[in-house]
Amino acid sequence: MIGISSYRNENPYPFCPGCGHGSILDSLNAALVRLALDPARTVIVSDIGCSGLSDQYFSTNAFHGLHGRSVTYATGIKLVDPELTVIVIMGDGGTGIGGTHLLSAARRNIGVTVLVMNNFNFGMTGGQHSTTTPEGAVTSTTPDGNLEHPLDICGTVGVNGAGYVYRGTNFDDGLVDRMVEAISHPGFALLDIWDMCTAYFVRSNKLTRRSLETAMGELESGVLFSRDVSEYSASYRAVHAADRGRASGLIPEIRVAFASGLDRRFLLTAAGAAGARVKSASRLVGEAAIRSGLWASQRDDYPVTVKTGHSISQVLMGPAPSPLAPAGAPDALVLLAPEGLEKARRVLSAMEPGSTVFALPEFRDVETRARKQVVELPRISKAAVSLAALAHAVQTLGLFPVEALRESARQGPFADANLSAIEAGLAAVS
Amino acid sequence: MAPIRSAASPSRISAVTTPSRAFIDGSTAIVRGAVVSGCDFFAGYPITPASGILMSMMREIPAAGGVAIQGEDEIASIGMCIGAAMTGARAMTATSGPGISLYSENIGLAVMGEVPLVIIDVQRLGPATGGATTVAQGDVMFVRWGASGGFPVIALAPTDAIDCFELTIRAFEWAEKYRCPVFLVTDKEVATTPVTVELASLASNGPGRQEFATTGNPYRFEPPGRVSPVHPFGIGDPVRFTGSTHDEGGFITKHLPTVAALNTHLVAKVADHATDLEIVDHDEQSGSKTMVVSYGVTAGAARQAVAEARNDGYAVSSLVIKSLWPVPEAALRRALAGVERIIVPELNPGLYANEVERVAGGRPVIRLTRIDGELIAPATIREAIA
Repeated sequence: MIGISSYRNENPYPFCPGCGHGSILDSLNAALVRLALDPARTVIVSDIGCSGLSDQYFSTNAFHGLHGRSVTYATGIKLVDPELTVIVIMGDGGTGIGGTHLLSAARRNIGVTVLVMNNFNFGMTGGQHSTTTPEGAVTSTTPDGNLEHPLDICGTVGVNGAGYVYRGTNFDDGLVDRMVEAISHPGFALLDIWDMCTAYFVRSNKLTRRSLETAMGELESGVLFSRDVSEYSASYRAVHAADRGRASGLIPEIRVAFASGLDRRFLLTAAGAAGARVKSASRLVGEAAIRSGLWASQRDDYPVTVKTGHSISQVLMGPAPSPLAPAGAPDALVLLAPEGLEKARRVLSAMEPGSTVFALPEFRDVETRARKQVVELPRISKAAVSLAALAHAVQTLGLFPVEALRESARQGPFADANLSAIEAGLAAVS
Repeated sequence: MAPIRSAASPSRISAVTTPSRAFIDGSTAIVRGAVVSGCDFFAGYPITPASGILMSMMREIPAAGGVAIQGEDEIASIGMCIGAAMTGARAMTATSGPGISLYSENIGLAVMGEVPLVIIDVQRLGPATGGATTVAQGDVMFVRWGASGGFPVIALAPTDAIDCFELTIRAFEWAEKYRCPVFLVTDKEVATTPVTVELASLASNGPGRQEFATTGNPYRFEPPGRVSPVHPFGIGDPVRFTGSTHDEGGFITKHLPTVAALNTHLVAKVADHATDLEIVDHDEQSGSKTMVVSYGVTAGAARQAVAEARNDGYAVSSLVIKSLWPVPEAALRRALAGVERIIVPELNPGLYANEVERVAGGRPVIRLTRIDGELIAPATIREAIA
């Protein structure tokens, strides 16, 4: 138990006469004293505006960042050291520009406490309207009255899962108790604390303590939500406990166990449809080339759509590494789908007579100067066609031993299906 | 690298008869580099062509005992990284050009608050949505000048997957040493094209972790080029962090001499160490009056073009710049000795050529640019050489 009588430092508050911010910070100080927190294990994260000055008056850790982003910094801090007590202080302005962060923090139930000093306008920059300015209220940017509905901060974070939500004013007797409850709550906690901006909002809208409390009385106020939740950083650690130290499968080893007679660069291009396993089949070819002592790369071309449109994979292989560069016309082109043909028409016309086009029967009439081989595959599933046709091309061209391709299939995902596809390709006639 | 049939000396036979290789893209190499560097915090938001890094980090970082999270947007992602870094994590984020736009204000915060942070930029063709799945090098100025104020950052540019691995490690080392954002500026082709690598070339260890400060002022401005270690939240005494002009204690100030000392320090800590931050690959041919200056993915084509030109009997040198910012001026000046003509191929309107031209002292700089989303062919550079 740390017996500290005050968490305030010697700096006097900078707030205007009559501003409620100082009393809210006094309540926070009282709550910290009650909780007897270690100041070195407590972080105050301040937003921007008058509320953003708050961290400078406390002897705890302090983080003062960008407007609206305070919750994101608090989240990073809490995720790294979940035992820290993290308190965010923001104004109503921060709930507008940083609204998405509040929503996400509530949905995650990241275990931080947010104090909103809500005085219905931007007090530091000249009294402009904010997300919480009441309809009809006069501000420097709504001289004829605000036309926007005010944001219900509490309702918004409440319906999105926040663990603890309170709405009140800086005059509330129980404010210290509510702060203690909020800070003690394991999940995301938010206190929407209404107070008076005597520099601007009070002057333009005849706001008094009585009218503030009357307005509050027309809304649901007090503790609006207090529920058991799973705090995000704790959940994250629980879910990933089993991952810790797990061997990485990021970079599978490929041992060179075969040999290839290929003595020059060879570009094998597969032109098919997105979603038809063109990339994964080409990847197996590239791996098999490496297994055979060659250097391979695989440039893929595809649209932003996923299972529609073309998918072109260029596997460039040879006895030495090649730089990433436009590879020119392919030495062999495997035509798998109309989408691929459409995209490959330019390279098709550039192909030399010494090169080869492997065409599925539907493309038997395609015009090319290259040697054309129509590949008659046995009846196989659509998903197997790309790999089967590529296996057929590899065997026909004699690029490397087909056993290397089988070995790549064995060591990868969907081994049985891929091995069957390879055998179908090897059994094909062209 | 020699293929297996050229196994020569008996001592190498066992190593070369069963070479151990892998088929990986630059993104994978970056993730491996981050993991061996002790990266224990990652936050990112999906964007082509950087999503591969996000997805791999979501698997690799928890296994390494850290936290990886998908933010609600790019702003949240870099914000979480900044909070994490100031709590003692080794933090990294990854995005593409549109995401760098959204990072901008927080990049400034990381500069001002002296946050060690690694930012991966997988460039795609811009502007705006541009070509999400097409290559470009259009962010080379953006990463340097993308935050208000004009204060320096460090930016590295890998030419291939091995560079991705090695320069990611270097990025973590320098982010911590100089306490500033360090960018790794790569692109769609390097990041997403699987290539063959020797596993042995991915064996380096990452930099050791500097000792944290635990007490005293969190910042030090004098002498200007000196950088004090990070004092994380929760370790030792309470500590202050701010994005406003501040004194060495982290309290906001407008005291002119203090602000001058702070901002002078932010410049000097990079500028005074500029020669320590130079990474170039100078392939000089004696007597050559032409030099190709390249960086990133375009360096591959440049190297091949230079090799072809030499085979054809032309004298030509190559300078590959791997540390874009600060501009490696000393290395560039050394390489320019005797050179009368410079060729700069790049996948943008000719941006970095301006920096080369600034250092080149009136020598003609030929810009070879390509901005249609395809790579520059070696033949294009070869033709420009002679």
